[in-house]
Amino acid sequence: MMVAELSRVIVPNSGFCRKVEEMSGEKVSACFQCTKCTNGCPVTFAMDIAPHRLMHSIQLGLKGEVLHSDTIWVCASCETCNTRCPNGIDVAHIMDTLRQISQGEGIRASQSNVPIFHSVFLSSVRKHGRVSEMEMALIYYLKSQGLTGLLKQAGMGFGMLIRGKIKLIPTPIRAISQVRAIFRKAEERG
Amino acid sequence: MKVSYYPGCSLSGTAREYGESVEAVCRRLEVELHELTNWSCCGSSSAHVTNDMLAVALAARNLEIADRVGMDLVVPCAACYHRLKVAEKELLAGKQIEGISDIYKGDFRIKHIVDFLWEDVGEGALKEKVKKQLGGLNLVCYYGCLTARPPKVTDAKRPEDPQAMDYLMKSLGANVKSWSYKTACCGGNLILTRPDIAIRLIQKILDMALEAGADCVVTGCPMCYSNLDRMQKQISKETGEKYNIPIFYLTELLGVSLGEPSAKRWLRRHFTDATLLLRRVGLT
Ligand code: SF4
Ligand code: SF4
Repeated sequence: MMVAELSRVIVPNSGFCRKVEEMSGEKVSACFQCTKCTNGCPVTFAMDIAPHRLMHSIQLGLKGEVLHSDTIWVCASCETCNTRCPNGIDVAHIMDTLRQISQGEGIRASQSNVPIFHSVFLSSVRKHGRVSEMEMALIYYLKSQGLTGLLKQAGMGFGMLIRGKIKLIPTPIRAISQVRAIFRKAEERG
Repeated sequence: MKVSYYPGCSLSGTAREYGESVEAVCRRLEVELHELTNWSCCGSSSAHVTNDMLAVALAARNLEIADRVGMDLVVPCAACYHRLKVAEKELLAGKQIEGISDIYKGDFRIKHIVDFLWEDVGEGALKEKVKKQLGGLNLVCYYGCLTARPPKVTDAKRPEDPQAMDYLMKSLGANVKSWSYKTACCGGNLILTRPDIAIRLIQKILDMALEAGADCVVTGCPMCYSNLDRMQKQISKETGEKYNIPIFYLTELLGVSLGEPSAKRWLRRHFTDATLLLRRVGLT
């Protein structure tokens, strides 16, 4: 059965849609399934629910399907969908909201590498005020793919090193306390 | 001309040749870049995925620094540009950010380096300083996603078909080819998390550039550059098709055209060799 057919067999539940709309400030309910977002999306081949269907699923309240989907994690945030939507819906922003809800509810991401990447990236920023690309890549590969995964990147790492693209010792910026305070406050507000 | 400057994290690391070439061409064009004191990461793609407030506040902290200086803010990284513009729009729409929104005036413009060079420095000043015409180079301009879309954030006049880099390269004499992949997505950080997806997107962009008759691709985005420049060997190995198409930052070609001697050093940082092509057309 296709997602688009679900409305015939399920009773729509508007609670989830309301929550997504409140958190994102985007009008999901204005989507009339024109498929423009999907037609311009460069990564639909790797998605399990195409963007317009994801919107419909939210409208129907299919929370589980949406939050467990690959779609919310493989979206490249390329911003094509929101540029083209005739109803001004920022689908890319809704993807962010869904990722946040999914992480907030402790759901295991279908593409577990993605949230690992983002959390490693942000840890580096929190520590230094700027991202240390080398530290970030090292910890990311170690955490997501283990020592073997990290070692597979050794050749690329060496290539970066001899091209002078690796800053070996990251030094925190002088105003690091301000950056850390931004993290603290944003986390308090959820 | 004096402007504020936000280099962003990658310009001293993976995009070092971008940082070096931006500074060199600005010196030659008599543009004084004043790096924002104690600037911090804009939040990049990771903050907005994680927490909306974090994303806006991390970028806004830098805008507050620029606001106090009061000069226009020039940004070479497409992703930084995008995040700073999002924060600008939020602040102007009245979003409350502790310690920033109450004092923020917003009396300056945020400009990506391509638009800054073309619109503010201008064709006249460029032409005056040019030493070598890029006549022998067939190229396509690759803008990527984040300086173009969505226009409500980027203020791009033609988000589906931007022009500034094309005009700039034409003014240096380059043979700029038209193509339909100007603002296609390279996959961004999927290169780390789902390389299979990113590689498919990268290969398509390279194929389209070749089909357009380009010998090289010019860009103003560190993520696009890195994905296109770094992955060609692997894509060649995986597909059996040979990819060897030089990728340039627009400021590198501008630097070559201005006769900047340090260009040699930038070119050595490329993964896909770029010197052979330049030698072939008599530019090194
Ligand atoms: S932002 Fe995501 S969903 Fe929208 S077009 Fe790009 S990849 Fe597809
Ligand atoms: S482009 Fe907008 S209205 Fe059309 S299907 Fe996508 S979200 Fe719905």
